Amino acid sequence: MGETPPLIQIKGIRDGLLITLTGASWPELVTAFIDNIENRSTFFQGARVALDVGPVELRVAELSSLRDRLSERGVFLWAILSESPLTENTAQNLGLATRISKPRLVEIPNVAVEPPEDATKWVKGPLRSGGRVTFNGNVVVMGDVNSGAEIIAGGSIIIWGRLRGLVHAGAGGDEKAVVCALELAPTQLRIAGEIAVSPKKQGKSQPEVAHLQDGHLTAEPWNVLNGR
Amino acid sequence: MDGNMTAKVITVASGKGGVGKTTAVANIAMALATRDQRVICVDGDIGLRNLDVVLGLENRIVYDLVDVVEGRCRLRQAMIRDKRMPELYLIPAAQTRDKTAVSPSDMVRLCDELRPETDWILIDSPAGIERGFKNAVAPADRVIVMTNPDISAVRDADRVIGLLEAEGKGPAALVINRLNQAMVRRGEMLSVEDVVDLLAIELIGIVPEDENVIVSTNKGQPLALDGKSKAGQAFQNIARRLLGEKVPFLDFNIPNIFQRLLGRM
Repeated sequence: MGETPPLIQIKGIRDGLLITLTGASWPELVTAFIDNIENRSTFFQGARVALDVGPVELRVAELSSLRDRLSERGVFLWAILSESPLTENTAQNLGLATRISKPRLVEIPNVAVEPPEDATKWVKGPLRSGGRVTFNGNVVVMGDVNSGAEIIAGGSIIIWGRLRGLVHAGAGGDEKAVVCALELAPTQLRIAGEIAVSPKKQGKSQPEVAHLQDGHLTAEPWNVLNGR
Repeated sequence: MDGNMTAKVITVASGKGGVGKTTAVANIAMALATRDQRVICVDGDIGLRNLDVVLGLENRIVYDLVDVVEGRCRLRQAMIRDKRMPELYLIPAAQTRDKTAVSPSDMVRLCDELRPETDWILIDSPAGIERGFKNAVAPADRVIVMTNPDISAVRDADRVIGLLEAEGKGPAALVINRLNQAMVRRGEMLSVEDVVDLLAIELIGIVPEDENVIVSTNKGQPLALDGKSKAGQAFQNIARRLLGEKVPFLDFNIPNIFQRLLGRM
């Protein structure tokens, strides 16, 4: 069996070039990509590039080194498209865009753009200050959500841990969305169009659920809702 | 210590400024040096250097970190030997340049060159999470995240820990500086438990608030050399923990005689 060479697809889009890297390990892809640029340097000179890396998980060191190597060759990397939340997060930390204006479904027709209503995103905590999760569905966090972290969800938000950050459930206007946490002490809590800050609490904390009742945000101990 | 082992690179970072990073680097370095370790401190705070003052070496600077990186001198020439400890060196930051004068890969290369020469490389990171922080963290084998027991310092520490995790640099070690036990008892300051609970990383040091820190900083005489000072002792303990010793945390909460009697009953 011969080895499949790394695959580099180049497309012209409105914002420059969209380049898709698939079919090999990350270091191989990078080498092939850089070679490609060096062989066609006049074509790439001054290009604005959005990179689709598929499911590859990239950390800051890898992505920033690629960006530096590209900029040394006169190529400006402005966006990273990825299916991996880690890679998206890395790209955002580096100030790169993670969306391009046109939807990216040319190559992957099977991925629906809108997740189904009951889709749930699983987040391994703790979600630290500066961490941000946005998802058009429900979000479940295993661990604390610290002050300075943000979760924006189309559906409900469940936190198996302490909530101290900012959460917005039902961000698309769903008034039935709820937020629950083992300890509910958010900086700010929003459901649909309502905003509340948590009152100063004394004494022992308990699991609570926040929901909209007659247009008002209310938080109740978990066991009260149990019987419903 | 056998000389064939390669050095460990430790970076002290905090996010927030003024929590005591520079003091910690100076004192941990001193404490390691008193335990017969070879130590090189690197000031990563280009443009706002301070480590030279805290170590009392400011008048000996000829070449600095940027001179090394830009090839104006050899690495050895920028290493300033400490007055007290023959195996403690400082590579100072440039004062007239800024963070962009050095890149993360420069720092990695610099540390790789230093590794065979020493047992420990301690890097003092500047505040913030931008270029200077990235430079300081790039070569680190381990990062010490420093915080004070107040909400804003803890939140910044949390952000830094998150960034380190994203870069695959974790797990970081935690040092809590300026703990005032009397204020904790009155419920006016976060306790050690509160901070550890929130940040959820390994604690390797608790340093009590101590006025002598300011005096020693101004004198350029790190407290770790002073056996009587509680803060100095706390820094000595951090050094011992870095060396792999199991050291119990200092008990700042000394019970009065009445409580002691009650405890016996």
